[in-house]
Amino acid sequence: MGYEIETLSLTKNYGDIAAVDNLDIQVEGGTIFGLIGPDGAGKTTTMRMLCSLITPDSGTAKIGGNDIIANSEKIKFDIGYMPQKFSLYGDLTVMENLNFYAEIYQVPKKIRKEKIASLLEFSNLTKHSYKLADQLSGGMKQKLSLACNLIHTPKYLFLDEPTIGVDPVARRELWKILFELKDEGVTIFVSTPYMDEAERCDEIGLMNKGRVVKKDKPNKIIEDFNKHIICIFSEDNYKARDFSNTLDYIEDAYLLGEELHVVVEDYEETKEKILNDFSDKKIKINDIKKISPSFEDVFVNIIKNEEVRS
Amino acid sequence: MGNAIEIKHLTRKFGKFTAVNDVSFNVKKGEVFGFLGPNGSGKTTVIRMLMGLISPTSGKGKVLGYDIAKDNDKIKEEIGYMSQKFSLYEDLTVEENLDFYGGIYGLSKDKLAIKKKEILKMADLKGREKMITSNLSGGWKQRLALGCAIIHEPKILFLDEPTGGVDPIARRNFWDLIYKLSEEGVTILVTTHYMDEAEHCNTIGFIYYGNLLTLDTPNNMREKAIDGDIIEIKVNDTLKTIEILKTKDKVREASVYGAGVHALVETDLPLTELEHYLIKHEIGLSSIKKVKPSLEDVFIFLVNEENKNVAP
Repeated sequence: MGYEIETLSLTKNYGDIAAVDNLDIQVEGGTIFGLIGPDGAGKTTTMRMLCSLITPDSGTAKIGGNDIIANSEKIKFDIGYMPQKFSLYGDLTVMENLNFYAEIYQVPKKIRKEKIASLLEFSNLTKHSYKLADQLSGGMKQKLSLACNLIHTPKYLFLDEPTIGVDPVARRELWKILFELKDEGVTIFVSTPYMDEAERCDEIGLMNKGRVVKKDKPNKIIEDFNKHIICIFSEDNYKARDFSNTLDYIEDAYLLGEELHVVVEDYEETKEKILNDFSDKKIKINDIKKISPSFEDVFVNIIKNEEVRS
Repeated sequence: MGNAIEIKHLTRKFGKFTAVNDVSFNVKKGEVFGFLGPNGSGKTTVIRMLMGLISPTSGKGKVLGYDIAKDNDKIKEEIGYMSQKFSLYEDLTVEENLDFYGGIYGLSKDKLAIKKKEILKMADLKGREKMITSNLSGGWKQRLALGCAIIHEPKILFLDEPTGGVDPIARRNFWDLIYKLSEEGVTILVTTHYMDEAEHCNTIGFIYYGNLLTLDTPNNMREKAIDGDIIEIKVNDTLKTIEILKTKDKVREASVYGAGVHALVETDLPLTELEHYLIKHEIGLSSIKKVKPSLEDVFIFLVNEENKNVAP
């Protein structure tokens, strides 16, 4: 079995800027692939090309073996695409929105009623089906948008930052739905700025300036991170941060609430140095410990190093 | 240091609906204080009372020593506000936006020139003065919005979900700026339902259905707020694991978390018993261990507990 989604030197330029630059990624069927990167990295452009909404300048991609340029019409019925601002009709009810999308996607009348009932059930919206879309909370709107995109039973689902503005409880619910879809064999391609969501993907690509700088399983990316993060509690965090930034063995220092986090090559080797240097500087350290890097720590470090290199 | 904000028994009703119910707390000068709660929990109503935009039904509040019910005009001069939907004029340039806000706050020409220079430097927008705002990326826009909110040197800054949808690098840079302001003595009030924003606060107040449920530092909250243990389970089949966990007594809650499952269990349930139970049900475990709760665990716990107490 080959890859279900595969890009081949996919490229898109806007003027002098390569929004997507010779992109090569492969996604296996029935998995969740996450595209993560800063604003302007090229995530949305990639997704739009894959959904045949814009044409690549060079290179191409295949979805389920079909070429996105040559067979775009064929692909359209196999994919669901939820952009950042998905258009629900606010003055239509939940049910009317679903019927509208069923019409657009030419879902046969015979199965339409049943399909809508199952989607309402699936997204926990059955008892809200007579509400106007405008009256739904942010989380419910997102679930309705998702349901509209599932009306034609797509095999591939593209989601561009689907959980922005959604609270944690609703976020968990949305992800539970994605896991259920994956269990049914749907291949999911999602972009997100949230690191905890990145960890829920089977595989992720870190994208920066049109290129994927790292692609692996989330836990592998954390394991590969060969630096240490130290958490320091001090009497004066601001002073401690500014001082840390002057020390050449500290690569990066940033505050997080009551904590100061610093990035170093090796904890054991630098701990004593930090204690001595801080003590010389009369900054009292109340506690110092090594912590396991979060996904965000790793991400920020990789991107920052990329910036330095370029 | 003293308190920048002191409120006692603050209550606000809209008709029969109590949006804020008997809330009391203090915020120290220079503190980064976070209001955490789901949408519609009453966060914004508290903030609007503090800004003097609406008056409390009962209770008292002082902002920088001014009475929130009487001295609204004085308070307005001392506060800055930045909303999630950065209120920038998209078809104006960076500089024009700053000029506009400077004008609104009545800055003198000389003062405006000084502040503009300062803000462009702070927000790393030098050289971009003539750019049309709509062409800026999310991170730049966010920093410009911050610049506009502090052009009149407010003593208190209100931030409403300031980093929603902004990428991690831009978030990191943004918080660096916020901590600088806090270091200079500006008191920062953040309202949010994003966990990473809450993590950045010195103190968090968790508000739900108008009630302040708990108030503490992020670390204390993780250690004390949850009655029970959080067990992290890594498996291949997440959904099946959740179903099976829900059939086990002393497991109160199980849900998808990161790449695994987080289960909330009673403290007297031995880990080995849970492990055997899962193995018995043919779950292929990669790992199972007790972990320190994350703020998201705390958030979900508090919401669930409160939902049991009050059916909305």
